[in-house]
Amino acid sequence: MNLTLLILLPALTALAIIVANAKLSKVIALSGATIQLILSALLLILYMKAAPAGENGFVFESNKSWFPSLNINYHLGVDGISLSMILLTAIVVLAGVLVSWKVEYRVKEFFFLLILLSAGAYGFFISLDLFLMFFFLELAVIPKYLLIGIWGSGKKIYSANKLALMLMGGSALILVGLLGMNYSSGTNPAGFSLLNHATNGIALNYQMYFFPLLFVGFGVFTAIFPFHTWVPDGHSSAPTAASMFLAGISMKLGGYGCLRVAAYLMPEAAQHYSWIIVSLSVIAILYGALATMMQTDLKYMNAYSSVSHCGFVLLGIGMLTKSAVAGAVVQMVSHGLMTALFFAVIGILYDRTHTREVKELGGLLRVMPFAGTVFIIAGLCSLGLPGFSGFVAEMMVFVGSWERAELAYRFATVLACASIVVTAVYILRATGRAVMGPLLKPEYMGIKDAAWNEKAAAIVLIAGILIIGIMPFHIIDLVSPGTEEFMKQIKKVALNN
Amino acid sequence: MTDILLLMKHELTLVVIIVLLLILKIREKEEGAENYMPFVNIMLAGNFLLGLVLNRGGELFDGMFVSDNIMVLQKNILNFGVLMISMQSSAWLGRHRHAPEFFVLLLSTLLGMFLLLSSRNLLMFYLALELSTIPLAAMCNYDLAKRRSSEAAMKLILSSALSSGILLFGISLFYGATGTFDFREISSLADSSALQIMAFIMVFTGFAFKLSVVPFHLWTADVYEGSPVAVTSFLSVISKGVMVFALCNVLYTVFNQMSSIWYDLIVITSVLTMAIGNLFAIRQENIKRFLAFSSIAQVSYILIGISGMSAHGMTSSIYFILIYIFSNLGAFGVVAIVSHASGKESINDYRGFAHKNPALAWILTISLFSLAGIPPTAGFFGKLFLLNSGAGQENWYLIIFASMNMIVSLYYYLRVVKSMFMDETEEEINVESTWLARLSLYICVGGILITGFTTGIYEHILSLAQSLK
Repeated sequence: MNLTLLILLPALTALAIIVANAKLSKVIALSGATIQLILSALLLILYMKAAPAGENGFVFESNKSWFPSLNINYHLGVDGISLSMILLTAIVVLAGVLVSWKVEYRVKEFFFLLILLSAGAYGFFISLDLFLMFFFLELAVIPKYLLIGIWGSGKKIYSANKLALMLMGGSALILVGLLGMNYSSGTNPAGFSLLNHATNGIALNYQMYFFPLLFVGFGVFTAIFPFHTWVPDGHSSAPTAASMFLAGISMKLGGYGCLRVAAYLMPEAAQHYSWIIVSLSVIAILYGALATMMQTDLKYMNAYSSVSHCGFVLLGIGMLTKSAVAGAVVQMVSHGLMTALFFAVIGILYDRTHTREVKELGGLLRVMPFAGTVFIIAGLCSLGLPGFSGFVAEMMVFVGSWERAELAYRFATVLACASIVVTAVYILRATGRAVMGPLLKPEYMGIKDAAWNEKAAAIVLIAGILIIGIMPFHIIDLVSPGTEEFMKQIKKVALNN
Repeated sequence: MTDILLLMKHELTLVVIIVLLLILKIREKEEGAENYMPFVNIMLAGNFLLGLVLNRGGELFDGMFVSDNIMVLQKNILNFGVLMISMQSSAWLGRHRHAPEFFVLLLSTLLGMFLLLSSRNLLMFYLALELSTIPLAAMCNYDLAKRRSSEAAMKLILSSALSSGILLFGISLFYGATGTFDFREISSLADSSALQIMAFIMVFTGFAFKLSVVPFHLWTADVYEGSPVAVTSFLSVISKGVMVFALCNVLYTVFNQMSSIWYDLIVITSVLTMAIGNLFAIRQENIKRFLAFSSIAQVSYILIGISGMSAHGMTSSIYFILIYIFSNLGAFGVVAIVSHASGKESINDYRGFAHKNPALAWILTISLFSLAGIPPTAGFFGKLFLLNSGAGQENWYLIIFASMNMIVSLYYYLRVVKSMFMDETEEEINVESTWLARLSLYICVGGILITGFTTGIYEHILSLAQSLK
């Protein structure tokens, strides 16, 4: 299968939106997102059929020269890890387009930016050239700024600026890291090919300097402590679909980059700095969870809990064991689906009640049974109840982390586990207050339950969560060749030393 | 004879156009200025197209005048930029009584620039530089009724005189040190003695003035603000572009031996320029001053590219100038339309601009994103290649500083975008534009969106740059 289709389709959708009128642009965006999901599913089937070939486990590779003199190529390819990210993106994009059906202000531009953002994410996940990857990473930044700034609420301009500048800061660090890798080979520039770097290795002294830049750079995207501050503001000011994209897709760009670029290409440095990554992620996990407890605004709650959940992704990567890394990937998918679902349902509640304060909501399950149930499902997934994807992911990360037998790592694992209790507290409290119990205000009597588009979005996301939760072996099978390849790279170094 | 015709083709066509314009002016009737713009634009387009064909390398007048493929490319890029500016100023100059004179001045400047690029002798170099500067001052003063315009012209002519003086002193020191004006002989005699270093710094200062590199940037903002928009865009694009080209040519050929000295000089000025340009751009309220400081900051990235000292350094600079012409003229094109229609030039006047004029607002946004280096615009590629070239020296502090500065610059570019898209206003700007101006804006946006994806351009420039040595 030609992977260019995955970028071409959103690009064509975006172009079609430009020429269409406002009403038609919604339909175009929806059909584009649907076809993209079908395409991604097809890609999955084809991937399963093509027994992972190629020495690095990448299939459907295509490599065309872009700037030959600079060793920049248009090099695409997928493995299980990127494929699971693509599926996540496709699902979240479809759900995001569905929930924004009622947008009325500057409709064309809104859907154009949503689709452009998704094109950036697809491109990022399928590129095997670092320059191309960087191109798509930055492509996904500015649409977020405009989405928040134009269609957002609250202190939207502050949040939009903060997000754009912090993410740009992250990409500036990544840029330096990429240039460092390019010049790491001494005489001739080594180029930007991911696979070449992986086979040839990067000189040790370069790794020590440039790994922190790359890891922190990508880490900013995935809310590494202390660069997580854009997350709460950005998420809470963004319109519903943009929050879903931000938490569901955008934060995954960072996690994927940390895994695929920083740790995979610089295994020595990853081992060397492993303890720092683990400490920062444990801080993020605990701090995020505790901060969530203090929030009263539902969007802020979900944003801070995202910081905590994305901490698990970094923890899994930092631990550098096979199950932990696989857990990190599953956690990315799981968190993407779960948090998108959460933001979608918060959007539904806000649309009907015009408040996001937990205290002002109550008993909504009685008047909106569908939305209330979805809220509960999202909550249960977030606190890691077995049967939902959150449990699988966190379990894998914990088991993998426990494999690191050093006392300090064990201690870190225990601390991270403790966050589950905190998560349970804030999730159950919010669920109890907002949807259970008697109806808090009489004016809530007349509100309507979720409309068809919102129901469809929620169902798509819940389906994803349940498939992972009930049949975790499917996704584990999907990602394990990728994680094995990753571990081979890590272990290759361990043998050398 | 054919040699002269072919090698000096770019210069000679300009002279022909200038003479034609003068004849036109003499035949003008007493009352009523007719619209010269279609005629001028056709000639400039012809000039640009003629520049693309029948090109050869070679030298004339005992090596005083040289032409090679890369110079031809540079001249073509400048021709293109001038054509765009002329199209964008069609509304402003359409009924202007002195439109032909404006173009006589503009093309004389361009002629000086072409000679500057081709000169291989310090005297010729100096004369060409003067020819490219003095008419500019008259152009700055083209809005005779405006006092700011006169102030701008005065500032430009005084600072140019000062910089020319310094340059001339540097040239005389070189003559003292080497006994020749010829570039090749200077290049072979360059030995980094104290006198030569002194002379080099003076010559570099001359360049720095024209490029408005900190600390020689003080004239820039005032002149940009006071001049008519067409002149401002000419100053910021063409005038900058030619100095970058000349600096590349000179540093990479004549002063190749002294690279360890100019490397330090370039790094220091680049860091200063970047910091000052970016920090001052944040505070500007007038959009022309804002673009002035942004263009100061852009030059610092070009300097980083040049500091790479490889064929990629030259290539990425030329490539960046090409992209910079598209992006900056895209931005100035919109500013020119708004300024002509409403006289408004403050960033705050652009509040809510996107509601009434979505197309222009998006064009300005795309141009600013290209200046900030955001994909998928060409500015992303341009800036990345400059940094990539500079990183070849493995001066990582410089690269980190530069990439951090990209965040600062993003902040102020976003300010304008925010104003247009996110702020509300009661006063709406009604604009109307000529089809020529719109066409030029479309060409600029097209260039911004396409250049990065066309792999051939960079490779073509690189092959020319490599054939140089």
